[in-house]
Amino acid sequence: MTIETTTHTAVSHGAVTEPSSATVKFLARDVNVFYADKQALFGVNLDVLRHQVTALIGPSGCGKSTFIRCLNRMNDIIPICRVTGTILLDENDIYDSNIDVVYLRARVGMVFQKPNPFPKSIFENIAYGPRIHGIAMQKTDLEEIVVTSLEKAGLFAEVKDRLYEPGTSLSGGQQQRLCIARAIAVEPEVILMDEPCSALDPIATAKIEELIDELRANYTIVIVTHNMQQAARVSQRTAFFHLGYLVECNATEQIFTNPEDKRTQDYITGRFG
Amino acid sequence: MSFSVLLVTLLILTVIGFYMGRSRAMASVSGHPRNLHSLPGYYGYFVAIWCGVPALFIAGVWLVFEPQIVRGLLVTSLPEAMQNLAPERLALILNDIRNIASGGIASQEADPTMQAAAEYYNGLRQNGSIAMAAVVLALAVAGLTFGRSKISPELRARNNVEKFIMFLLVASSVIAILTTIGIVFSLLFESIRFFDKVSPAEFLFGLDWSPQTALRADQVGSTGLFGAVPLFAGTLLISFIAMCVAAPVGLLAAIYMAEYAPYKVRVAVKPMLEILAGIPTVVYGFFAALTVAPFFKDIGASAGFAISSESALAAGVVMGIMIIPFVSSISDDVITAVPQSMREGSLGLGATKSETIRRVIFPAALPGIVGGLLLAVSRAIGETMIVVMAAGLAANMTLNPLEAVTTVTVQIVTLLVGDQEFDSAKTLAAFALGLLLFCVTLVLNIVALTVVNKYREQYE
Amino acid sequence: MSDTVVSERSGMTNIAVRKKTSAEAVRSSLKKRYAAEKRFKAYGVSALLFAFLMLLILFSTIIGNGYSAFVQTALRLDVTLDAATLDPEGTRKPETLGRADYGGLIKKTLRDMFPEVTSRQDKRKLYGLVSLLGATGNLRDLVLNDPSKVGQTVGVWVPASDDADMLIKGHISRDVPENARRVSNREIAWLDKLAAADRLETRFNTRFFTGGDSREPELAGIWGATVGSFLMLTVTLLLSFPLGVASAVYLEEFAPKNKWTQLVEVNINNLAAVPSIVFGLLGLAVLLNFFGMPRSAPLVGGIVLALMTLPTVIIAGRAALTSVPPSIREAALGVGASKVQTVFHHVLPLAMPGVMTGSIIGMARALGETAPLLMIGMVAFIVDIPRGFTDPATALPVQVFLWADSPERAFVEKTSAAIIVLLAFLVTMNALAVWLRQKFERRW
Repeated sequence: MTIETTTHTAVSHGAVTEPSSATVKFLARDVNVFYADKQALFGVNLDVLRHQVTALIGPSGCGKSTFIRCLNRMNDIIPICRVTGTILLDENDIYDSNIDVVYLRARVGMVFQKPNPFPKSIFENIAYGPRIHGIAMQKTDLEEIVVTSLEKAGLFAEVKDRLYEPGTSLSGGQQQRLCIARAIAVEPEVILMDEPCSALDPIATAKIEELIDELRANYTIVIVTHNMQQAARVSQRTAFFHLGYLVECNATEQIFTNPEDKRTQDYITGRFG
Repeated sequence: MSFSVLLVTLLILTVIGFYMGRSRAMASVSGHPRNLHSLPGYYGYFVAIWCGVPALFIAGVWLVFEPQIVRGLLVTSLPEAMQNLAPERLALILNDIRNIASGGIASQEADPTMQAAAEYYNGLRQNGSIAMAAVVLALAVAGLTFGRSKISPELRARNNVEKFIMFLLVASSVIAILTTIGIVFSLLFESIRFFDKVSPAEFLFGLDWSPQTALRADQVGSTGLFGAVPLFAGTLLISFIAMCVAAPVGLLAAIYMAEYAPYKVRVAVKPMLEILAGIPTVVYGFFAALTVAPFFKDIGASAGFAISSESALAAGVVMGIMIIPFVSSISDDVITAVPQSMREGSLGLGATKSETIRRVIFPAALPGIVGGLLLAVSRAIGETMIVVMAAGLAANMTLNPLEAVTTVTVQIVTLLVGDQEFDSAKTLAAFALGLLLFCVTLVLNIVALTVVNKYREQYE
Repeated sequence: MSDTVVSERSGMTNIAVRKKTSAEAVRSSLKKRYAAEKRFKAYGVSALLFAFLMLLILFSTIIGNGYSAFVQTALRLDVTLDAATLDPEGTRKPETLGRADYGGLIKKTLRDMFPEVTSRQDKRKLYGLVSLLGATGNLRDLVLNDPSKVGQTVGVWVPASDDADMLIKGHISRDVPENARRVSNREIAWLDKLAAADRLETRFNTRFFTGGDSREPELAGIWGATVGSFLMLTVTLLLSFPLGVASAVYLEEFAPKNKWTQLVEVNINNLAAVPSIVFGLLGLAVLLNFFGMPRSAPLVGGIVLALMTLPTVIIAGRAALTSVPPSIREAALGVGASKVQTVFHHVLPLAMPGVMTGSIIGMARALGETAPLLMIGMVAFIVDIPRGFTDPATALPVQVFLWADSPERAFVEKTSAAIIVLLAFLVTMNALAVWLRQKFERRW
């Protein structure tokens, strides 16, 4: 399936110029996802732009998490899950049979809803990725990666004296930043975040949001959130999902001030959700 | 009156008690059960309990103590000369008397004294059972009358019955404690008697085990040697071999089942492991002795070195096969308890499945797996039938798995099977070994269960 | 917006340079890592295959050795019931007939059939084809049932001896050189001659299922052990089921959560892991020596096994009770039922399938248990079928152990057959448990 033949039924890009291939990181066309016989996503067409934060919003069960998990094929680990359609990462179809999942996931990192540090030390948590991928083997190289990643995740100052304590000893917000650092250490091109703040208190949330804004300079970020204020604060583009359909995707400002679809309007004004 | 007839009579009385209690309760409120404190049935149960329980209790006590009392009476009735015989001779004579009494064959020709004693014995037994029946039935009737007389509309029959039920429940849960206490005390008691004859230091640190004490004092080699170290060595060697088989196979099987196997394979393989777990140990023992040991022996013969037909290797390997399902089921539980988010975190970083398992899941599950393996070791140490049938009897001090060794459990069985006088160091040694076995497995179990529980809490 | 794009662009190029190195590192490591993945998966598969292979070998050994025990070789002899030997006084009294020398008659019959056998040694070998004890019994029963047969010549089927039986069934190979074979060429020749004369037959081995133990493999049966096992399990069930359920109910529904109940819990979990032989020692020291109960009795065996199974039943019972949702209890308590009524009218009936499944599995384990029974004297050689709970008896797994210890080749066959029967019982019980679980299992 190519871009030209795709009909943009539900998606309207509004005032934003049609994204060119130079600015598009992910290009999803007619993505359908099934769990066994139940269809969870219906014909989603969505572009994720380079070095921008794209927020996916919508009521729970609308398929936003399902969609984000398609982007690095995390759905593969659910045996009953089936994905059809095309998702291009830098113009390569990630569901193509010759695409390597391990390589894909090294390029597209992920941060999960609940902080999930491994039951290892902070150092080992971050060194894990570079180690398995063979990015760095020497202790000094690893140390450098660990320190840079922690710095990028804004955690270094807080943990520099206890790098060898278990990652689980950190507070929830710190754990989540550790998980972000862990993802950064592999030097991915894209970071997917699946409701990264839903388990955190407001202060920790604010820190993460700040971090996301900083990371935008070097990474393309896709974030799922059920919090509309958060989407408004951190993202440049916002996509609204409802009942498995992508209702509207546009510049964040546009979505929140002047949505095109009635359902989006109802959702952001709090009529349902 | 035989005991079963007595029991049936008691049961009938109890049922009668139930109906009497109920009808009396109904009569006391002239057929309006609303005026009763409890449902009429509870009054029935109330009377039935009073009728049946004390009588049954006395019957039980009677049954427990009757043999001792009868024996005492029988002994005092015997001629002086017989009474003063050594305990084991006396026991033999008493046995003969019982045999004659039941019309069986005695070990020697029955002389008139024995014949008379047998008749006396029969008389005692008969009087005893009649007396018991009389006492028990009298008690039942008394209980029934008492219970019935208590019935009035105000009687809180339900509360009384429920109190009794609670008493039964508590008493039942005490049985488990009593079992442990019974085990500890019986082992301890006999072991202390053993340590009167053999010093604990010799037992625990002695290097020679040959428990053949002479039956008569004039035989040679009348003092056995009770150094248990070779038995520990043998037990550990066989357990070690077993764990060398069971730990990797069980663990890898569990990992494959939990992480890789498609649903269909899991459904097919689980029952296979359950079958393996359900096979009685005596069957494994037979398999070890009949198939595995000769197999190893043949291999050794063709490779040019001698493997004993009772080699530790054969017993250990078969024991390992027996423990595989145990290890794999505990490991499976432990591995599936590792939260899914760990797997996702690792896979999301681009780790392969095996990297995830080896570097994240396995370390996370390690405490639980270690606990499970400890339980498996405790099983291997306590396992009896496989080693009895496939391992040797000679207490060799060796770490060579190709030779025959013996184990603690094998020695317990050999010391106690067959006719033994109960006071000899030989039989008592079995209890000392049993005590040791109990202590070691107890420590292993407590440590293992604590570790596993701690681990479970960590992820709950 | 255009500002940001520019800055992103410049940032991107220098990242792209750095990224190349790490992306390349990932790419170059892939092949090795996938090989490791394959290896690891292969380890798992081979572990399962190993377990499966062992199970297969075990079953094929047992079945291969044992299936032939369900049939038995019989010989037809035409015995002349010589009145002078059997009943010289002609009274036809059962006492006389019962004590007569049937063995002599059988030997004579054999001698007549093979007149060429003359030397003492050969004669003994000839008699050895027949199970003398079995043949004598058959003949005696025949005569006692119908004394009028005395004086006639009757054709009787008598069991072959164990060696002859093994040869006919092929467990003793004819290809082995004579000096390494238990059956000589002459004996084979006699057997072949009998076979040619239609005097040899393999028939269903009823004796194996109806007989007690015997020193002669061809006469040994498992009925005695089966009855012993049945009596023992009855005692075990009667004790461990009510006690186990009562303890489970108390601990799960009524017990306050304090140090004492914690101790009981730890105690039960540990008891479940105590080696079974220790329970045997308990039985020996307390039941036999202290209370003076009879040795080798199913009653004692049943009590010991009940104590051993109790923790299993309690643990299963508690699991079943926990799975009953609290809403059921609240509903019953809400309409004014007492706590006892709530538990016995509502919770326990709902938990019963789970409790029963656990108990059956516990019973199956008790049925296969051997070691503790050795301690309380159930290893004795017992020919008679036990008729009560205090009669000397043995149990199926102990019978397996006893036969496995016997040197005769024919006992290997009997042992395997006994194991097949034992496993059949176990499979039935486990299937029952699975059926119960599936039929009544409720997901709340």
